[in-house]
Amino acid sequence: MNNISARNKSEKRFQMYGKTAVLIAIGFLVILLFNIFSTGISAFKQTYIAVNLEIPADFDKKNINPRTELNKHFLKMFPEATTRTERRALLSLLSKGARYEFSELINQNKERSIQGYHWFLASADLDMYIKGTVKRQGDTAGRIDENQMFFIDKLLSKNLIELQANKYLLSSADSREPEMAGIRGAIIGSLYSILIAFLVSFPIAVMAAVYLEKIASKNKFSDLIETNINNLAAVPSIVFGLLGLAIFLNFFELPRSAPLVGGLTLALMTLPTIVIASRAAIKSVPPSIEEAAIGLGASKVQTIFGFTLPLAMPGILTGTIIGIAQAIGETAPLLMIGMVAFVVDVPGSPLDASTALPVQIYLWADSPERAFTERTSAAIMVLLGFLILLNLTAIYLRKKLEKKW
Amino acid sequence: MTVFLLILISSLAVYGFILNKSKASVMSDTNIMHSQPHYHGLYSAFITLVPAILLLFFWSFIVNMITNITLKDFFSDITDTGLIKFYTDGVIGYAEGATDKIINHAGFMPAVEHYQALQHNNKILQFIVISTLSLMLFRYSLKFVEVEFKARDYIERVIVIVMRASAVFAIFVTIGIVLSLLLETLRFFDSVNVFDFLFGLHWSPQMAIRADQVGSSGSFGAVPVFTGTLLIAFIAMTVATPIGMFSAIYLSQYASENIRSYAKPIIEILAGIPTVVYGFFAVITVAPFFRDMGAFFSFTNMSSESALIAGSVLGIMIIPFVASLTDDALTAVPRSLKEGSLAMGATLSETTKKVIIPASFHGIVGSFLLAVSRAIGETMIVVMAAGFAANLTFNPFDSVSTVTVQIVGLLTGDQEFNSPKTLSAFALAFVLFFITLVLNVISLTIVKKYREEYE
Repeated sequence: MNNISARNKSEKRFQMYGKTAVLIAIGFLVILLFNIFSTGISAFKQTYIAVNLEIPADFDKKNINPRTELNKHFLKMFPEATTRTERRALLSLLSKGARYEFSELINQNKERSIQGYHWFLASADLDMYIKGTVKRQGDTAGRIDENQMFFIDKLLSKNLIELQANKYLLSSADSREPEMAGIRGAIIGSLYSILIAFLVSFPIAVMAAVYLEKIASKNKFSDLIETNINNLAAVPSIVFGLLGLAIFLNFFELPRSAPLVGGLTLALMTLPTIVIASRAAIKSVPPSIEEAAIGLGASKVQTIFGFTLPLAMPGILTGTIIGIAQAIGETAPLLMIGMVAFVVDVPGSPLDASTALPVQIYLWADSPERAFTERTSAAIMVLLGFLILLNLTAIYLRKKLEKKW
Repeated sequence: MTVFLLILISSLAVYGFILNKSKASVMSDTNIMHSQPHYHGLYSAFITLVPAILLLFFWSFIVNMITNITLKDFFSDITDTGLIKFYTDGVIGYAEGATDKIINHAGFMPAVEHYQALQHNNKILQFIVISTLSLMLFRYSLKFVEVEFKARDYIERVIVIVMRASAVFAIFVTIGIVLSLLLETLRFFDSVNVFDFLFGLHWSPQMAIRADQVGSSGSFGAVPVFTGTLLIAFIAMTVATPIGMFSAIYLSQYASENIRSYAKPIIEILAGIPTVVYGFFAVITVAPFFRDMGAFFSFTNMSSESALIAGSVLGIMIIPFVASLTDDALTAVPRSLKEGSLAMGATLSETTKKVIIPASFHGIVGSFLLAVSRAIGETMIVVMAAGFAANLTFNPFDSVSTVTVQIVGLLTGDQEFNSPKTLSAFALAFVLFFITLVLNVISLTIVKKYREEYE
């Protein structure tokens, strides 16, 4: 202890440990976000192939098979594709989605002729090659074989392959074909769940908080409720999933995989968070205001609804938004109530089968198809975007509405 | 019909509100009333609406029960309860036009006719009874507008009851959790011995579909699952504790206010990122990283789903919990202790090590326990990064499984509700719930006690 320089060194070392720890923690965050963004950003673009169409105006557009018709035009561009393998290799460059785009084009131009080059969706394998996810080795790249590569080089030399904005990602639901898969269904499912979770948990939580802070007298019973809520806040989320499974699905027999059940389960999960935040907000309202109201003859309930709650509302809303943000990212309880199904339709009501955004991320992350990786990252980017938006709203509300007493 | 009924009684309630309110406000021009006019209005609306709604609710509940019981009589020759349920659902679906599938059973068409007749009579009866009740209460409520009538007191009493019910609701959630887990767990223990479950060393819940299959019994010794959970939680805490604690110490003792105001929220972002994102990160980045590291040190027998990967990513997620809870504990230490030590000539690091940390030790232990409880209950990271095969090992490079992974594995996908395989998930969840609850109660008690010490 008497060696000053040793003590100073130890002081420096200690401080450095602290700095390193902070830097490591921030470093993890940066690595995580950088990884997600660098893999995800490419999913917002998608590869398209230009196909030369020559369809006269008087062509019978009602009775055609869009698939064979499109293939016919695509093959016409490459007379060198003669054998069956070569033709199949060429046609495999187009996605299954191309035929839907083609029939849409036909429907839009029922009376007119269709001439010239039009862009059609390319397959996921080609997409990954163009984006550089799959590297070229000789004349092959990943699942692309020599025959396919021959036509890819031809198309590239004529500038007939292009990256365009990904229309499918935000506008369609899940699909077996990575290039056509989107997260719209999952987003709608998440929004329904969150809406229901909010509508159920917010009033109950605020009422409970008011009761515990303003009405209940301090006794064993109110202590019990308080401990209970504090403990509920620390129950693992998957246990709430099992509760939802046992109560909502098995006892009340609500439909499986429905956002309604997901929302109710998430409501139970966010309840304690909102109660705790609301209690803190109610506690911070100065008693002088309430006493003034009571002194002027207002009843207790009138004071609460006229003064306490309006003044505590910014704090309550901030806490609610934070609870909702947690619920949006929650996956485990939704797995328990069956929101993991493969759903190709965008849910039309909270009773339809659906997934949620985090569950979609889980499903895609689990998929062996490599093309889903970048889409998983893109879905994560959308999810993080929602969370940032919610948290910014919370910060804004706190800044804007908070009063200093 | 039900919608029409709801519209009818709601409009009656609105009418009652308007009538009573205007009557009361006329009265208040010449008198000093006990309650303001809108309370009289609310009183009428309440009396008209609430009993009718409650009756409607119980009515549909009871009718559903009666329908189910009477429908079952048509299929009394079947013994399988699941099949009866399927048939009665089919009857209801057909009768309401949801499907046109006819089940080939003698009782089907009579059951459909019975159901339709029952529903028809029920709807008419329900409409008459409930609308009459609502109308009578509406008439009744109109009489009450008087100078002395304490409408506000009644309304406020109802509001307080609703508030109390909301608070008690939290208790019901807990009871719901305990009951739903406990009942299924007890059913599980009908077929599997409690001691075999808690102390058995082999976990393979796959039940054979046919009796002659090898390994048809499935074994439910949960020790490998528990050790796997502990191993992963241990690795997570090894990552999170030093980083979390040192950053808390640095930010609370050394950092300037400016750095603190930036660094703290940034670290807390780690807690706000959904766990499924961490799971993806573990699979896509951390697992290849560890594999490359293993290859670099020519260490090849590393599993791609090792405990190390799941544990370290879980640790990253836990950092902000440890950091912010430790920070709370450190800043709660009275300034006088710190300044006393500094005034005696101790350096800041000596003060931190010898005064502040011992003084806040309870709080730090509490935060540590809370973080452990988080790590044990976390699901998505381990589901995505750890394996489903439960190996009894403490080697961090092996693949292990956790309680939460098993629950997800057992309960997703198709399931029959009576097999021990499905029920074992509830037993595991009960253990999980119990352990996290105990950890939480202990840490809350410690933190609370310690906080009182300095107040």
